[in-house]
Amino acid sequence: MHRTGELYGQFETLEQQREASSLGMWVFLITEVMFFGGVFLTYTINRAIYPAAFGIGSNTLDLRLGGFNTAVLIASSFTMAMAVWASQTGKKKLIPLFLTLTLVLGSVFLGVKVVEYAQKFEHHLVPGRSFQIDAHIENQAQKQELEAAFAKDPDLNAHAQLYFSLYFGMTGLHALHMLIGAGLLLWLIRESLRGRFTPQYNTPVEVVGLYWHFVDIVWIYLFPLLYLIDRHK
Amino acid sequence: MSEHIVSPKIYAGIFTTLMVFTGVTVYAAYVNLHKWNIVIALGIATFKATLVILYFMHARYSPRRTQLVIIAGVFWLAILLALTLSDYLTRVTIHG
Amino acid sequence: MSATATKPAATLPADHYLNAKYGLRSWLLTTDHKRIALLYLGSVTVFFFIGGIFAVMIRVHLLTPQGYLVTAETYNKLFTMHGVAMIFFFLIPSIPAVLGNFLIPLMIGAKDLAFPKLNLLSWYVYVVGGIFTLYSMISGGLDTGWTLYAPLSTVYSNSAVAPAVIGIFINGFSSILTGLNFLVTIHTMRAPGLTWFRLPMFVWTHYATSIIMILGTPVIAITLALAGMERLFHLGFFNPQMGGDPILFQHLFWFYSHPAVYIMILPSMGVVSELIPTFARKPLFGYRFVAAASIAIAVIGFLVWAHHMFVAGQSVYAALVFSFLSFLVAIPSAVKVFNWMATLYKGSISYDTPMLYALGFIGLFVIGGLTGMFLACLGVDIHVHDTYFVVAHFHYIMVGGAVMGYLGGLHFWWPKISGRMYPEFLARISAIILFAGFNLTFFPQFILGYLGMPRRYHTYPPEFQVFNVMSTAGASILAVGYLLPMIYLTWAMRYGRVAGPNPWPATGLEWQTASPPPTENFDTTPVVTWEPYDFVNRPDLGLAAPPEQRVPGDKDM
Repeated sequence: MHRTGELYGQFETLEQQREASSLGMWVFLITEVMFFGGVFLTYTINRAIYPAAFGIGSNTLDLRLGGFNTAVLIASSFTMAMAVWASQTGKKKLIPLFLTLTLVLGSVFLGVKVVEYAQKFEHHLVPGRSFQIDAHIENQAQKQELEAAFAKDPDLNAHAQLYFSLYFGMTGLHALHMLIGAGLLLWLIRESLRGRFTPQYNTPVEVVGLYWHFVDIVWIYLFPLLYLIDRHK
Repeated sequence: MSEHIVSPKIYAGIFTTLMVFTGVTVYAAYVNLHKWNIVIALGIATFKATLVILYFMHARYSPRRTQLVIIAGVFWLAILLALTLSDYLTRVTIHG
Repeated sequence: MSATATKPAATLPADHYLNAKYGLRSWLLTTDHKRIALLYLGSVTVFFFIGGIFAVMIRVHLLTPQGYLVTAETYNKLFTMHGVAMIFFFLIPSIPAVLGNFLIPLMIGAKDLAFPKLNLLSWYVYVVGGIFTLYSMISGGLDTGWTLYAPLSTVYSNSAVAPAVIGIFINGFSSILTGLNFLVTIHTMRAPGLTWFRLPMFVWTHYATSIIMILGTPVIAITLALAGMERLFHLGFFNPQMGGDPILFQHLFWFYSHPAVYIMILPSMGVVSELIPTFARKPLFGYRFVAAASIAIAVIGFLVWAHHMFVAGQSVYAALVFSFLSFLVAIPSAVKVFNWMATLYKGSISYDTPMLYALGFIGLFVIGGLTGMFLACLGVDIHVHDTYFVVAHFHYIMVGGAVMGYLGGLHFWWPKISGRMYPEFLARISAIILFAGFNLTFFPQFILGYLGMPRRYHTYPPEFQVFNVMSTAGASILAVGYLLPMIYLTWAMRYGRVAGPNPWPATGLEWQTASPPPTENFDTTPVVTWEPYDFVNRPDLGLAAPPEQRVPGDKDM
C-alpha cells in the first residue's frame, strides 16, 4: 500500500493508523510475555527442586554490577519516557537527545553484561564440559558453604549448572532484546534528526518506547530472581 | 489527538520510586525472612513493573482494549505457571 | 421476471488484483493480502504433498505385519516428518493464511490488513522455516515423532533434529505475525456500521484463532529454543541424568500444541458457519452463542494440555484436573454443532459442493470430538493412549474436520479468488470420493487402536492385518479425492465459467465487490446497515424473493 505523507494507504485516518500501531505493539509485547514466560516457568520448577544449588549459583553473581545495571536500565526507561513526551509536546530538539541518552544507558548495561559474562567464563561457570561450581572460591565462608552443600547434594555441580544455564539463557535472551532495541533507537534517532516526529505523528517513538519499557520490566524480574537468592546466608 | 500527555514531573516521581524500591529489594534480600524472601522480592518486582506499565507505558491513560490486552497477557502467563505447578506441587513420592 | 429468463452471462472486471501488475517481482514483493494468500496457497499445497507422500509410504509399509517397505529407523522418520509437515506447514497455516488473509479485509470492508508488509514478512518467514525443515528431511530426516520429546530429541537421537527444530521455531513466528495482524485488523479496521455482532462468523473464528496464535505459539518457540540449546550445548533442563525433567518439556510443548489443534479447527468451523447458512438459505441459528463458543474454545483450550500426558508421569491430581477441564472444552464445540443443525432445520437446502463438505464436516467432526471424550476419561486413556485409537481420533478432527472445511471454503470462495466457477458435477463426485476414502482409511483405525495396536510401530501382530489393508485401500481412494480438486481448481482458474460478483448468492461483504476483486477491494468504503446472513431483506443481492421463486442458475459439466 502506498503512503501519502505519514498515512499508509490501508488506513482511513492517521488516528486509525496510530490506534492500530499501538495495539499491534501491545499484542506483540504479550507474545513476548509468553515467550519469556516459558523460560521463567523452567526457572521456577528448577529452583523449587534445587533451592540450595540455585542459592550458591546466585551468590557468585556480582551484586554491585547487577544493582548498577538495574539502576541504569530504569534510568533508560525514564529517558525513553521523556523522549515520548518530547515528541508529544513538539520539542523537536529534545527527541534525539533523550533517545541518545536512552541508547547510551542501554549500551552501558550491555557493556556491564559483557564484563559479567567474561568473569563467569574465567571462573568456569559457563555451562558445558568445563563447568565447575567450585573452581573459583573467594573466601573461607564460601568454601564451607560449598562443602556443606556438596555433602547434602552430591550432584551439586549438575544442579548448579542448571542455574547457570538459566542465568545465561535468560540474561542472554534479554540482552538480545536489548540489542534489537538499540537498533530501533538508532533508527529513531536518525528519523528524529530529520524532524519527522510531530505532535500529530509520533507513533514510532511511542511504539519503540513500549518495547523498551517491556525489556526493562523483564530485567526488573530477572534481577531479584537471579541475583538475590539466599543473600542472607 | 486523543493521547494523554503525562508530565515529566510524574515520570521523575516514578523513576525515583523505582530506584528506591530497587534499594529496598536488595536490602530485604540480606534479611533472613525464610519463605517470605521470595514473596517480598516478587512483590516488589511486580510493584515496580506495575508502575512502569501504568505510567511509563501509559496504560493508565490507554483505552479499555489496551488494558484488556495487558490483563490477558498476565492472565495467560498465570495459567502457564499455575497449571504446570499443579502437577509439580502435587506429586507424591512413593518410598518403597 | 419470467420463469424461463436466465441470468445474463457474467463478465470478468477489466482490472483486478491478478492483472494489476505482472512479473515475478510483483508477486514476490507484493503487499496485497490477496496475492499473499495465493503465495501461501502454493506453499501450503507443496507441504501437503510432502506430508501426503510420507503418509502413502506409511500406509504401504503397513500393508503387511512385518512391514517390508522400510526399516524401523526409516519408519520412525516417516511418521515424524508426516506429522511435522502436515501440522506445522499445512494445517496450522492453511485456512488462516490462505482464506483468512484473502477474505478478512474483504469481509470487514477494509482495503488490506493493518500491516501489509508484516503480512508479506510472515510468508517469507514461513518459507525460511520450511527450507530448514526440508533440509532436515533431505539430510537424513527426523525420527523423534513430531512431538520431539526430550531427552530423545535433545540427547539420544542421531537424526537431523537441529535443522527441524530451527525450521519449526522460525515457522512459529509466521503464525504469530498472522495472528497479530488479524487481531489488530479486526479491532481497528471494520467498515462504518460493522459492529461486532454484524461480523461474519468466519471473522469471529479467526479472531479466536488469532488469540491462540498470539498467546500459545511463543511458548513452543521458547521450548524449541531450550531444547535446541540443550542439544547443542549439552545443558540439562530436560535430561534426568543432569537433574532435569523430561515432563517439563512435555508441559511446555503441549501448552502450545494442544491449543494448536484449536488453531487448526476453529477457522474450519468458521468456514462451515458461512457455508451452512448460505446453502440452507437461513441465518445462522444462535449467532451470539456461536460467537461466544468460538472464544470459549480458544480460552478453555489453553487449560487442558496435560491430557496428552496422563501416562507420562505427572501427578494424578493434576491429571484429574486436566481430565475434568477436557470434558469442559467439548461443550462449546457441541454448542456450535447444535446451532448448525438448527440452522439446517427448515432451511432451503441445496447440495452444492461447498455444502457437501460442510455436511461432511459436521458428521466427521462429531465422531472425532466424541472420541476425544473417550480419551479425556483417565481410565479409558490408559488403555488407548499411544494406540491407533488416538490416531483415528485426531485424523477425524484434522482431516474430516479441518481439511473438509478448507476444501469447502476453497470451493465456495474460488469464484471470488479466481473470478471463475469450478466444475460443479465433477466437484461433487470428488467430495463423495474423498468422504468415502476418508472413512475407509480411518474408521478401521478406531477398531485397531481399541484392540491394542500401538501407534508409531513399524510392525504389528498378524491379526491386525485385515483392518490395516482396509485402511491403506481407503488411503488410495482418499488420495484421488485430494488430487481431483488440485487439478480442476487449477483448470477452472483459466477455463471455468465466469462467476460474476455473487454466484451463490451469499450475504457477506466480500460478495459485493467484483470477482476477482480490485487491488483496493472496494471502489468506495461500504457502510454496513444490515444483520449477517439476512437472506430475506437484501434486495441489493437479489435475495428478496422466497426460495421457491428463485430462477435456477446454469450449471455446467
